[in-house]
Amino acid sequence: MDETVRLRVNGEQVELACGKDERLIDLLRERLGLTGTRFGCGEEMCGACMVLVDDRPAYACTFAATDAAGKDVITIEGLGSEAAPHALQSAFLELQAGQCGYCLSGIIVSAAALLKRNPAPSRAQIAEALDPHLCRCGAHHRILKAVEAAAHQIAASPA
Amino acid sequence: MTGPSLPRSLLTNPRLSQWIAFEAGRVLISSGKVELGQGILTALQQIAADELCVDMARVEIVSGQAPLTPDEVYTAGSQSVEMSGGAIGLVCAQVRETLVAIASDRLGLDPATCSVRDGRVHADGAPTGIDYWGNIDALDLDRPCDGSAPLLSRRKPRFVGMPVARIDLSEKVFGGGFIHDLTLEGMRHARVLRGGFRDARLATLDEARVRRAAPVDILRIGGFTALVAKRQRDVEVALAAARPSASWTVDAPDADAGTADWLVRQQCSTRTIQAGAEPAPSNSAIRLRFSRPYLSHGSIGPSCAIARFDAGRLEVWTHSQGVEQLRQALSMVLDIDIANIAVSHRHGAGCYGHNGADDAACDAAMIAKHFPGVPIRVQWTRSDELSAAPLGAAMAVEASATLGEDGMPADWKLEIWSGSHGQRPAMAGRPNLLAAEEAGLAQPAADVLDVPDAAGGGGTRNAFAPYVLRGQTITHNLLTRPTPHTSALRGLGAQVNVLAIEGMMDELAAAAAIDPVAYRLRSLPDERARRVLARCAELCRWSARGEAGTGVGLGIACSRYKNHAAHVALAARVEIEDEVRLTDIWCVADAGLVVNPDGARNQIEGGIIQAASWTLKEAFSLGDETTVSRGWSDYPILRFSEVPEITLEMIDAPDLPPLGVGEVAVGPASAAIANAASHALGARLSTLPLTRETIAAALLRGA
Repeated sequence: MDETVRLRVNGEQVELACGKDERLIDLLRERLGLTGTRFGCGEEMCGACMVLVDDRPAYACTFAATDAAGKDVITIEGLGSEAAPHALQSAFLELQAGQCGYCLSGIIVSAAALLKRNPAPSRAQIAEALDPHLCRCGAHHRILKAVEAAAHQIAASPA
Repeated sequence: MTGPSLPRSLLTNPRLSQWIAFEAGRVLISSGKVELGQGILTALQQIAADELCVDMARVEIVSGQAPLTPDEVYTAGSQSVEMSGGAIGLVCAQVRETLVAIASDRLGLDPATCSVRDGRVHADGAPTGIDYWGNIDALDLDRPCDGSAPLLSRRKPRFVGMPVARIDLSEKVFGGGFIHDLTLEGMRHARVLRGGFRDARLATLDEARVRRAAPVDILRIGGFTALVAKRQRDVEVALAAARPSASWTVDAPDADAGTADWLVRQQCSTRTIQAGAEPAPSNSAIRLRFSRPYLSHGSIGPSCAIARFDAGRLEVWTHSQGVEQLRQALSMVLDIDIANIAVSHRHGAGCYGHNGADDAACDAAMIAKHFPGVPIRVQWTRSDELSAAPLGAAMAVEASATLGEDGMPADWKLEIWSGSHGQRPAMAGRPNLLAAEEAGLAQPAADVLDVPDAAGGGGTRNAFAPYVLRGQTITHNLLTRPTPHTSALRGLGAQVNVLAIEGMMDELAAAAAIDPVAYRLRSLPDERARRVLARCAELCRWSARGEAGTGVGLGIACSRYKNHAAHVALAARVEIEDEVRLTDIWCVADAGLVVNPDGARNQIEGGIIQAASWTLKEAFSLGDETTVSRGWSDYPILRFSEVPEITLEMIDAPDLPPLGVGEVAVGPASAAIANAASHALGARLSTLPLTRETIAAALLRGA
C-alpha cells in the first residue's frame, strides 16, 4: 500500500506516493530525475549513493523513501551547478580530483557535511570522513587535497 | 615518420575522412578509443588542436561509435596515446599542410611564409582569407594519410605538454555523465537472474512466486533468465523473490582455487621461451615462488547497458572498452547481420580492463530482441559485478637463479602458471559473452588462448628481466581448463612477473652482500631505466635505509612496461605491526613526451593505489556459494585512511615519442611494497595479498 510522503529535496517541497519497499535512491533517480545520486552496491558499503538528510550523510540505497517524510534531502545537484558551483565542486575541478568520477557525487556530499560541522578539518579528519567511500581509480590524494582546498576557499570568502 | 612506421590504427583506417571532418567552425575528430576516466579524449583534443593550429574549443572528439568511428580495437594496454593519438596527429598534420598548400598555390605564396592560426592561413602574419571550413572539398579528405607531414605538437606545441583540464570530468562533479543516467522513451528495466558463479546455470525457478511478487515478464532462453518490467522497483522486487526460488547447476570451483599450490597442479599447455644461453642445471639455485589470487576489477558502478531492437536493427549503448569488437561478437551470437548493428560508447565507472560491461550489453541485446521496439535497460547488481564478471587471473611465478662468480645472477629462469588474460569479445574469433553461453547460443571455447607475445603477452607480460643476463628461460604454463573466466585486468601478467623478478633481485643482492640498488645498477643496461632508478633511490633517501627486520621497511623496484614502453622506478616504505601499513611511495617515470602532464600523473597515482590495494588486501574468494565474494565486505579494497603519501616525478623527455601510462606502475608498485615488507620483517614475503594470514604463514615457513 503506497503512502503519501512529503519532503524537501534540494530546497523544493515534493509530495509523492511511495511504496514501503521503495528506497530514497529510487525516489531521487527515477521519480525526480535526480540521477546524480549513484547506485554502487545497495548495502552501505561503497558510499556512491550518499545524500544529505537533514545535513547528515545518509545512504540513499537503503534509506526507506517513507522514512524521508518531513526531512530535508540534499543531493549532488542541490549542492551546486555549473553556473553556481559549491566550493567543493570548484576545488575538485581545479585539482582534477577524480578519474572516472563515479564515486564523486557521494564523496562531495559527505565532504560538504564534514565542512559544515568542521570548517577546518585536518587531512586525517577528512580521510576519516571519507572512509565510507570507495574510489577504485585511486584518485584519493587529489580528493583529500580538493577537500582541504575547498575548506580554505570557504574560510577565505566572506560569509 | 614514413609509411612502414605508421601507427596500427592508420594502417587499418587509412583515409583522412575516417578521422576528421569540418563543420560550421568546428572540427570533428573521430577516435575508436574511449574515455574510461583516463583522460584520453582530452589528450586527443590537445594533439588535434596543435596539429591543425586551431583553438582546443573548436575540436570535438567523437569516440567509440561503431561502425562510424575508426576501429581501433580495445581501449587497453596503455596504447591509446600512441595509437589513436599517433594517428590523429599525422592525419591533422597532413590536413594542415594541405591547407597551406592550397593557400600558397592559389595566392602564389612561398609556403614557408604561411602559417595557420586558429584554422586560418596567414602569410607573413597577414590573413589570407583561406581556412579549413571554406575549403572542405579542396582538402580532399577521402585520400589516405601518408604520415609524411611534420608534427607541430612535437616541435612547437601550444596545448600538448600543458596541464589541460579534462573535458569529461566537469559534468561529473555536478552529478551527470554516465550511461546509468540515460533514459529512452518507453524504456523498460531488466535484471538477469544469476547464481553465485559465472558458470552457474539456472536449473529450476518458481515463476509463479516471482510473478506474485511484482508485475514482471520472465524471459527464459536456455539457462539465461531475465526479469523485465516498466518500473525498476518491480524488477528488483521480482529479483529478490526469484533468488530463493531458483536452483542452479554449477561445478563449484575448488576451495583453494587461485592459490599457488592450486595453480601448479592445474592442467596447462606449456611452452618455453629462451633468450641467450640455455641455463646449466644447478643445485645451488635460489628459488622463490610468488603468487597472487584471483582479483576483481571492482568497478564502483555495476555494469549497465541499454539496447533497442527495431525493424531488424539493433542499437546498443554500452561502457565496453571495444565497441567494434562487441558489435562483431553480438552479430555472432544473435544472428543479426553486422551491418544492422550499431554500438555506442557511453561513460561507465572505471573498469581497469574487461569487467562486466560487455556481458551487460549482451544481456540487454538478448532481451531487446524479444521486445521489438522497446529500449531495454539492464543494470547489474553488486554481487554480479563481483561474481559474474570476468576476473583477473590468479598467477604463480617461480623465479630461480644462481649467483655467478662475479656475484651477478646466472642461470636465470622464470616459470609462470596463469589463466588467460585475454578473453574479451571477439578475441580469437570467439564471442566470450556470458548471456550467449547461458542461452546455449555460444559454447565456451574448448581450449584457452592468451594474449599473444607480439601484443605484449598476457601471462608473459614483463616476464623478461631487464637486466644483463647470459640467458633467460621463461616457461609459460597456461591453464587450459576453463576455470573461472579470466580476462584483462590492468597490466595483465606484469604485476606478478615484476614482483617475482624484483623480489629475486633483492634476494640475489642479499646473497651477494651488495646493496639492492647498486646491484640492479650493475646490470641494468638501459640509460633511461638507470636514470629513473637512480633518481628514485635519491628521492626515497635509499642511502639512509635501515637494517632489515626492524618492523619498518624500504623497498624498491623498477621495470619497463611490456619491456618496450614507459620506464618506472618506485620505492615504498611500510611499517608492520599486526598488519602492513603503507606510509609512503616515491615514483619516477619516463614516458617520453607527455601530452597532458596532470592527466598522466593522475593515471600513475591511480595505478599505484590500485596495485597497493591488490598487494595489501585483495583476494577473490571462490569455493562454494557460502564463500564466494559477493560484496565489498567479502572483497575489501584500499580506503581513504589507508592510502600512502605519494611523491611522483616525471622525467622531462619531450623529444621522445609519447608512451601510455595507465598500467606502467602496477608491477613496480606491487614489487616495491613486497620488497619493503620483506625488508621490514627480515623475511621474504611472496604470497599476495600481504595480509596478517599470509605474513604469518611466511614467517612459519621461514622458521
